[in-house]
Amino acid sequence: MTEGALGKTYRNGELIVRQGEEGNCMYVVQAGTLEVLREEHDGSVRIAVMNTGDIFGEMSIFEREVRSASVRALGEARVLSIDKKTFLRRIQEDPPLAFNLVKIMAHRIRMLSEEVASLKQKTAPPAARVNAQERRAGQDRRHGRDRRAGVDRRTAVVGRLRNA
Amino acid sequence: MQLLASEGINLPTEVVERGIDAYMLHMDVGSVRIRTPSEEKRIAGVFRGNGPRGSERALRVGFDRYLLDLAASSGAQVVRSLVTRVGWHEDRPEIEHGGGKRACYDLVALAAGVNSQLLQNGCDAAPGYSFPGTLTTFISEFHLGQAAIQASLGDAMHIFLLDLPRLEFAALIPKGDYVTLCVLGHDVDEKLVDAFLAAPEVKRCFPDSKVPELVCHCFPRLNVRPPAQPYADRLVWIGDCGVARLYKDGIGSAYRMAKAAARTAAFHGVSAQDFEAHYAPTCKAMNWDNTLARLVFMSTTAIQKLRPLRRGVLRMTATEQANREQFHHMSSVLWDVFTGSAPYQDVLVRSCHPGFIASLAWNLVAGNVAALAGKPYGNGS
Repeated sequence: MTEGALGKTYRNGELIVRQGEEGNCMYVVQAGTLEVLREEHDGSVRIAVMNTGDIFGEMSIFEREVRSASVRALGEARVLSIDKKTFLRRIQEDPPLAFNLVKIMAHRIRMLSEEVASLKQKTAPPAARVNAQERRAGQDRRHGRDRRAGVDRRTAVVGRLRNA
Repeated sequence: MQLLASEGINLPTEVVERGIDAYMLHMDVGSVRIRTPSEEKRIAGVFRGNGPRGSERALRVGFDRYLLDLAASSGAQVVRSLVTRVGWHEDRPEIEHGGGKRACYDLVALAAGVNSQLLQNGCDAAPGYSFPGTLTTFISEFHLGQAAIQASLGDAMHIFLLDLPRLEFAALIPKGDYVTLCVLGHDVDEKLVDAFLAAPEVKRCFPDSKVPELVCHCFPRLNVRPPAQPYADRLVWIGDCGVARLYKDGIGSAYRMAKAAARTAAFHGVSAQDFEAHYAPTCKAMNWDNTLARLVFMSTTAIQKLRPLRRGVLRMTATEQANREQFHHMSSVLWDVFTGSAPYQDVLVRSCHPGFIASLAWNLVAGNVAALAGKPYGNGS
């Protein structure tokens, strides 16, 4: 970490934000790697890894809720904070300033939707899985995409169910 | 830096000469260190161009160069050539550059400083544009080396509020192996600079209290009054040649004005009427804030001129800095005045807060009673 470095330096394992605490700023990773941890009753689960240029803690800019996860440094890392008050004041002067943040949040919603769909597929009962596969194949047929792959996938699932 | 980072522009370490994490305020009654709110380096000391004369910058990148490269990586076509004239060809602005080459464009954004010869040409191209009001400043560089800078100045910018005639304020900014001195005032000349460099508060900031030789220096002008109409058909003025924030945040204000001009051109058009409707409101808002800034700087002038007031300000700031739990009325106001990180209107409103006034009144009494009793408030450093 040189004299030209911006932000605050965190040591390996040091917490940057703690789940459940009130937040009044968001952060931009300037250097290094961070991990996002969701603390549950039976321990903590790593839900994401962030690298240089990534932004986190942005939810606290828009809502008065506590932090939804903890973030800690994986190795030495440097992070720059952005105050809620300063940021919101500047958005008043220059509304497109929020565009990058909206883009990041939209990307995260898309990723979360995919995660939810994937988890549902893993935990759903076998019949529901087949129905879901059939519905998806039907959608594919309507949109005219990847028909054979859809049928092949469904056949494979049914085959697995029969074998089970 | 924070706002650039929120837009995905993160300055790499080869662009930032030094990260600044504090301001050191020097007055004849003492000095006090004002830390950044989160004790992090959130101010970047950068060189706009190639750096001071004779500097070895093979591994470094200037701030402007970095931004140009970023624009090019996003699809902008960068022509590295000196523009010598702005004129007209039929109904479009024409640029003359590189010793006689000419090119016509749909829109020309003039982002020249007030010291540029090009500005005069821009005036000729648009009769409605008037030259901005300027003030002469002094900027110089000292070569100290990183070790000496770390030992004497650290990662802090040093601000001086000294009771010298014609001096508004001055700052020492560490950047890599160099220290930049910036003196703002009325009719700044060598006499004022010599008086400033001879002040004990300034000498103490250098190794062995000796002011080193200047590597290079100049007396550039600074925009302090906006031009009448910083736009015309297919022409717009941005930065120091247009509307800029008074004394501080020149790069930040140029960035915001550039975005306002770009929004106008992209979503509305490039005629003078389009700029009048969509760019001028941003200019007017900044001009109004600059009017309020004059009130703010009148109060810093009062601090410079009145020693009892200086004692009160020093005591209040030092007390706040010593107590992290206490609300930092004076520290936050001084921080925003010296960094330009908040609109001057916001600074003015906060300095009219009853808590601010009550705390200042108490510290004025306590600071001056202590000084009269021969126990001046300790040096905040």
